[in-house]
Amino acid sequence: MLKTFPKGGVHLTDNKITAGKPIDNLPVPPTVTIPVSQHAGAPAEVLVQVGDKVKVGQLLAQSAGFISGNIHSSVSGTVKKIEPATDSSGFKKPAIIIDVEGDEWLETIDRSETLITEIKASPEEIIQKIKAAGLVGLGGAAFPAHVKLSIPEGKKAECLVINGVECEPYLTCDHRLMLEKSEEILVGIALLMEALNVDKTFIGIEKNKPDAIEKLSVLAKDYPGVSVVPLKEKYPQGSEKQLLRATLGREVPAGALPIDLGAVVFNVGSIFAVYEAVQKNKPLIERVVTVTGKTLSNPSNFKVRIGTPVINLLEAAGGVTEEAGKILSGGPMMGRALTNTNVPIVKGSSGILVLPDTESKRRPVESCIRCGKCVSICCMGLEPFLLMALTERNLTERLEKEKVTNCIECGSCSYTCPSSRPLLDYIRQGKSTVNNIIRARKK
Amino acid sequence: MYSIIAYSFISMAGIGGLLAIVLYIVSQKFKVIEDPMIDEVVAILPQANCGGCGFAGCRALSEACVSRDDISQLYCPVGGNSVMAEIAELLGKTIPEKDPMVAVIRCNGHHSNRPRTNQYDGAASCKIKNTLYTGDTGCAHGCLGEGDCVKVCNFGAISINPETSLPVVDDNACAACGACVKACPRNVIELRKKSAKDRKIYVSCVNREKGTVARKSCTVACIGCGKCAKNCPHEAISIENNLAYIDSEKCKLCRKCVGECPTGAILEINFPVRKATPVTSENEVLAS
Repeated sequence: MLKTFPKGGVHLTDNKITAGKPIDNLPVPPTVTIPVSQHAGAPAEVLVQVGDKVKVGQLLAQSAGFISGNIHSSVSGTVKKIEPATDSSGFKKPAIIIDVEGDEWLETIDRSETLITEIKASPEEIIQKIKAAGLVGLGGAAFPAHVKLSIPEGKKAECLVINGVECEPYLTCDHRLMLEKSEEILVGIALLMEALNVDKTFIGIEKNKPDAIEKLSVLAKDYPGVSVVPLKEKYPQGSEKQLLRATLGREVPAGALPIDLGAVVFNVGSIFAVYEAVQKNKPLIERVVTVTGKTLSNPSNFKVRIGTPVINLLEAAGGVTEEAGKILSGGPMMGRALTNTNVPIVKGSSGILVLPDTESKRRPVESCIRCGKCVSICCMGLEPFLLMALTERNLTERLEKEKVTNCIECGSCSYTCPSSRPLLDYIRQGKSTVNNIIRARKK
Repeated sequence: MYSIIAYSFISMAGIGGLLAIVLYIVSQKFKVIEDPMIDEVVAILPQANCGGCGFAGCRALSEACVSRDDISQLYCPVGGNSVMAEIAELLGKTIPEKDPMVAVIRCNGHHSNRPRTNQYDGAASCKIKNTLYTGDTGCAHGCLGEGDCVKVCNFGAISINPETSLPVVDDNACAACGACVKACPRNVIELRKKSAKDRKIYVSCVNREKGTVARKSCTVACIGCGKCAKNCPHEAISIENNLAYIDSEKCKLCRKCVGECPTGAILEINFPVRKATPVTSENEVLAS
């Protein structure tokens, strides 16, 4: 019997059409747009000026505050403009636009493919290097990695949990990374185990990736304390709390963080970036992005420089046809529809998904028939239909009592609703209102 | 036989009497002394409970009217001056006359002026749309057209014009309660002074971007050029954040600014058609 989380969740058709496609290097685009706010927390402070020459890996903007991250140049060239540009969030945010000239890297970066297994850095140095490299969680939320590694006083890390679940349909970037960079990932795990001083690591992988499970299990034998946990397929298992329930069998209490259970969770993409940052001195300037969709002629996985326009990826994948209805950044469940194809790839972009017109449009909204489906699939034990009604009526006190802030915004409720009600749209609204009230109260 | 009836009668009367005493004590203990005038004032008020006065409802306003000595700050926008005068007379207090107000939609970006750049497929709520992205046009400031203002209006004064997908205010039905102003996530709606024959002159734009950016997304956007402010003989126009604003208190409705505006962002409503400068006649038709 495979492990999974017990409460709620949905079973989705996985549509992993790019699972067999090796990671391809995408050519460097003629211009890149690098937003200074690619992470959760404060936007980084810009260090360069218009007209400056930059090299690959050069620091463009430095972290402003504890929860923030450094931003590095992913190309070499001249800074053309520093102005607000629309990114995948749908809003205009300050960005550094660079005209590419050649491909000149900083000398400190080791560009060779040789595997370095020897750990020379001390735990403090590892965390320092991760911070300097501007590393953020590559699973989607883009939470700065050094914050997760700075264990608050009075708490102790006991184990590391690696997220190789990739529960979103279509996306395969983590899957490919686990197959092609398995040894690097295990070195990355060893580095983090050293940094956190823990002796146990669990790699959670869903059973629809048997090749990855097998490969990592075999390699993990050389690394004491590291074990692969095969998991049953269920959405949203890639969410931190659900993953911990599935792998460790322990529940994160409402309002608590994984560290309260002594666990630190990292995505496999982030682990690979940890390896590159510590062993190769390479800041986070590129990532693997899945470009997929049933209407694309060549859906594939690409290694892309941060700041590359989405249109370049789509063209490499065969171009968008007439049948396309929506282009999403991310997977079909949590992804956001893009307003244009010039938005840049950022640290948190895991995939670009082209949905055909017939599959992407919302059905007309009907009345709630009180079937309770949304309640039974909610993995956080909430009542989505009630939260939506309360948000519509602006009853914020009641919303707080009904624990709207626990919602992880996985979208299972909207997915399962037979009346196609926009449950998550309203819940997200209510959640942000309640969060603002709570924040104002603390001040 | 009769004793059963007698016993039950006596016991019921006993319980009844006991409860009556309890009720009497409770009512004395928790007695709230209320001014009977409050009820009389409530009877005068329109009972819309819209909150336009700034109080929780009509009763809260009447309590304030009765308890305060100086009621010049209190005003029921729905009842207007006649209701306030009646209240003042009843209470023997004085109240100054206030200018009636009306809600004005400060956006004229319909399809031909403000082309759609994408299609919105989310929940039909401006509040949600505003948190998701900059909107389905190039303009990140103007009306979103999902009708949050229509939903909150208690008086049926706002409707969405299906041709322009912009809201339209019925001046006669509008009570100036301000519910739509609060509901609009982009502050497009403003309460302005009502003038004779419902005449209005206002800048129908809230775009605070620089002129070139604003103009690119909408042909009738205010570009903040300042021509109107320079030509206003009453100093009623100010420019802030690349956006002109006409103070309805100072504006004398002379219409000098309307012809000066290079983009036609200033609208004149309910004026007779001018012979010399028919610049804004097209906008007037579309907006009214």
